[in-house]
This record gives sequence, C-alpha cells and structure tokens, in this order.
Amino acid sequence: MPALWCVVEDDRKGTPKKVMAEVIGEATRLNAGAVEAVWLTDKASEEGLRQLGEWGATRVLLAENAALSPYRGEVWTKVLADLAARESPRAILGPVTSRQRELMARLAARLGVGLAADVVALKLDGDKLVATRPVYAGKLLARVTWAKGPWLATLRPNVFRPADAQSGRAAKIERIDVAVPEAKMKLVERKEEVSTGLPELTEAETVISGGRGMKGPENYVILEDMARVIGAAVGASRAAVDAGWRPHRFQIGQTGRTISPKLYLGFGVSGAIQHLAGMRTSKVIVAVNKDPEAPIFKIADYGIVGDLFEVVPALTQEFKKLLEK
Amino acid sequence: MKIVVAIKQVPDTATQVKVGGDGKSIETAGITWIVSPYDEFAVEEALRIKEKRGQGEVVAVSLGPDRVKEALRSCLAMGCDRAIHVNDPAWANADTLTTARALAAVIKQEAPGLALFGRQAIDDDAGAVPVQVAEILEWPCAYWVMEETIDAAGKSVRAGRQVEGGLEIFDLPLPAVLSAQKGLNEPRYPTLKGIMGAKKKEIKDLKAADLALTTEAPQLSVVGLEALPPRPPGRIVEGDVQTAVKELVRSLREDAKAI
Repeated sequence: MPALWCVVEDDRKGTPKKVMAEVIGEATRLNAGAVEAVWLTDKASEEGLRQLGEWGATRVLLAENAALSPYRGEVWTKVLADLAARESPRAILGPVTSRQRELMARLAARLGVGLAADVVALKLDGDKLVATRPVYAGKLLARVTWAKGPWLATLRPNVFRPADAQSGRAAKIERIDVAVPEAKMKLVERKEEVSTGLPELTEAETVISGGRGMKGPENYVILEDMARVIGAAVGASRAAVDAGWRPHRFQIGQTGRTISPKLYLGFGVSGAIQHLAGMRTSKVIVAVNKDPEAPIFKIADYGIVGDLFEVVPALTQEFKKLLEK
Repeated sequence: MKIVVAIKQVPDTATQVKVGGDGKSIETAGITWIVSPYDEFAVEEALRIKEKRGQGEVVAVSLGPDRVKEALRSCLAMGCDRAIHVNDPAWANADTLTTARALAAVIKQEAPGLALFGRQAIDDDAGAVPVQVAEILEWPCAYWVMEETIDAAGKSVRAGRQVEGGLEIFDLPLPAVLSAQKGLNEPRYPTLKGIMGAKKKEIKDLKAADLALTTEAPQLSVVGLEALPPRPPGRIVEGDVQTAVKELVRSLREDAKAI
C-alpha cells in the first residue's frame, strides 16, 4: 500500500519539532499505509533522524541540501512535488506552522489535489479519508474529503495524541539527491524577536492570556511570573493588542494565532467570539474575571469570579508550592 | 503600477451561523456580510502603494454569487478604481484550488505588477488561495506579510513575513503575490465622497467561459457541517481568593490532570 508521508518541521538546527510526534502518531493510528517521514533541510542531525524512527516512522526520505535553506515555498514545493511524483504517496501530512501552511497549499496546487488545512481529526472511511476542520471562527466543524489522492492535510498542533517514542525502533534512512531550483525570492535577513524565555504561543502546552482586565502593559509581568513557574506561553486578547499593550504576534483569536493547548488560563479576558475562535479547542479552560456574566465563563471548565490582581499572585504561589513538591 | 487585490465576502464574525438544510453549507438567511478583515488590510496596502507612488490603478476582484457586488462596492468606496466580479453558478461549490485557478486567470488577464490578498478568509480559514495563485502563476510569494516596500523602479518588493519567533525579510522580483497579516496597516473607513463615487465605478462581470476555464468538480468537498459539540458544563470555584485558588490548583492537578 502507498505510504503516508509526514513532512518534517524542524527547529532550523537539525532537530524535528515535538509536534512531529503528533503527526507521526496520527498517521500511525490511521493504519492506512506505511508511515514515512520526508525531511527537507540543509542539515539533519543524527539525533533527529533517530527521533523520527523512535516515534514510528519506518523510513525517512532525507533531502539534505544547503540550497534548501532558508525555506522558500517556491523551492520546497518543487522538490517535494518531484519526490511525490516518484513515490506516489497516499497522503502527505504536516503540522500547521508558518512554513507548512504555505508549502502544503502550494503543493496541493502543483499536484492538482485538495488540501484540508488546520484539521483537528482524521478518520478513514472505507478507502476515503475524512478530515474534520473548524470553520466560521470555530463555531462549526466541517467534514471534508478528497476527490483523489494524495490526500494533503495540515494538522493543528496539540490536538493529536503524540506517538510514544520507543527506544531501539529505527527508521530506514534514505538520502535523496534533489535538484533544487533557483529561487526568485532572496532572504535579506531574519529578525529574531527578543526572546522572552517562554515557549512559543502556538506550540505551548499551557497558555496564559491577558485581556482588557489587565488594565495596562505594565501588568503583564504578573502573568509572565506565573508563566515561568508553569512553563507557559503568554498571549493576549485583541482588546489588549489593539490597545497597544502587547505586540500583535501575541494575539490569540480570529485575527491572531490559533492555539489548542492542554491548559488555557484567561485573566481579564471577556471571551469575545473573536477570541474564542482562537482558543476554543483548548483542552482545559480556566477563566478569571470580575464580571460573572463574561461570556468566557460559558466555555470555561473552571472559573473564578474575582479580581485578577489578587487571584494571579495567589495562583502563582499555589502553582509554585505544587511544582516544588 | 497596477495592483490586483483579491477579496472574499464572509459572514460578520458576530453573526450567528447555523447549518443549512443540506447539512453541508450554512443557512444564509439573516446573515450580515462583510469583506473578510484580512482582505481589508490588503486593500488598504494597495491604496497606500498607489498613493505613495502617485500613480497606478487598484483593481478589486472577488469570486462569488450576486451578493458579492456589495463587498466589491465597499472596496470601491475605500478607493479601488474598478472591480471584477467572477460570478458563475458553476463555482457554487468551489474549493480553494478552483477559486485559485479562477483568480489566477483574472490576474493573468490583468497582468498587474502585484497581487495582494488577505492571509486567509475568516469563513473557511484555509489560507490556501493566495499561495495557490502564486503557484499557478509561478510568481514568488510572501505569506503573512507585516511590512513591505516597493523599490522606486517598481521592479521588486521587500517584504517581511511573520514566522515563529521573528520576521523574515525577503526581496521578491515583481510581479509577486503578497498576503496581508494583521499589523500591516490600519484600514481606512470609506468617506461619504468615496461611497458616492463608488456608485459610478465599474464592476465587470466575468464567467468561467470568459476566462477560458472549464468548470470541474472540486478536489476537496464538504461532506458534513455541524455545530461544535458543547463543552461539558464548567464550574465556578467559590470561596475567598485563597480557598478558590487552592481548590482550582487541586482540580487542575487531580481532576483535569492539566498541570
């Protein structure tokens, strides 16, 4: 049976990102073909290759070429399309990241097939694959299917159960010579953000979010203190971003980032539809707000009606006590 | 420089959307329609480029049924010079690829120096059309653009795209595709003069045949649409701050196993 491909997202330093365990885990559970990793990179580490095998990839197709860095959609699409033409995979899956969001859509156009973007569930129905994806600001779920293969899909991070790494399990590594076309676009520079030392918003397992109730930019430090204790990312609602309290890259919601952490903690967030669109697939939702009528309480698993400036420091202390045990 | 801006008409975020009778699409009665917010950033950027260069033409294009004229009219009111409405019943169930092919055909006919899109439409949230158009036209593309500058000669654009942990600045030769991310600009509101003037501007209708496109079955189709399953009812943790916080942490640890 043709293989299910998992397109590797790496940290640009030779190591696959943790989210690949989720993609490989889901591909394995589909039980619809051999699970293979396809890795386009300028440099793959031995450790990274071992990791892919331990997660369950049976084969790694490794296209290692200096000309593949930096990522440019026009170049990667051509390389991946050529590989797909040669190998005829049954599915090509990847995580939702800034690169693969573009790469998969381009690839779909090049191969003339459908793309299910940002899916939260996959299910094999006979010989068809059906993907579930949130639409209309997450108010509805659409089930979609492909007219023909390969099935292309990007998977929302933190939604799919990651594969368990089994030490000793190894993938067959196949190094591939690829013809890398000349790119029209040229990288001028990469501006790294000043690191907060906290996890990236879309990748974090725990996210703390501050809304209008934070009252000003200076107060986010209390959320950052909590974030350091529990290893969380800190985001903001649109109201807080529009007020200029936080840069736009921290915005959670329809016109910001979509997150799906294991635990979401919202402080002074009212829960406008626009914010819910970006976080409603979080597994556990905690809300703290002064207003008992705030819409976020309708979707919260746990709520505290109270002053966040009292609750946050107390909660940070309590987390500290718990995690120091 | 001629700039094409592709826009999509979508339900207003605040509108309640319900599954329609066919179980595959939404009930459209009673919906307030708007120009997708990211597309407004694209329109604004196109207008700013034209204003900065002191010359040029901004053409708004959209694919969809008759109601889409209203969205195109608001782009004309913002300042676009003319509009193209790609309207054919054959495209009623268009997926992103079909849409991209149609828009690419329009862009090819218009031969602009730049094609601008919003990063994604806020109805199906796929974000595929801008890059698929770029792929079809074999143009370079910068996705999720936060800043851009076109050189004086109009030969290339320097664009900063948002990626995890930073911004990547690229030089792209023109023609190119850019997709707008929030933060690129603050869209203007149409002025009364703009709204009045928009009534006199041209909206050209195009059908599949005008673009020499054969209509084909979509590659991706919706087999079912349903409301989000309701979350299990939550609970308000009561008591004074210390009590509530202790109980919350206990619940997160022992019941939800979230920490």
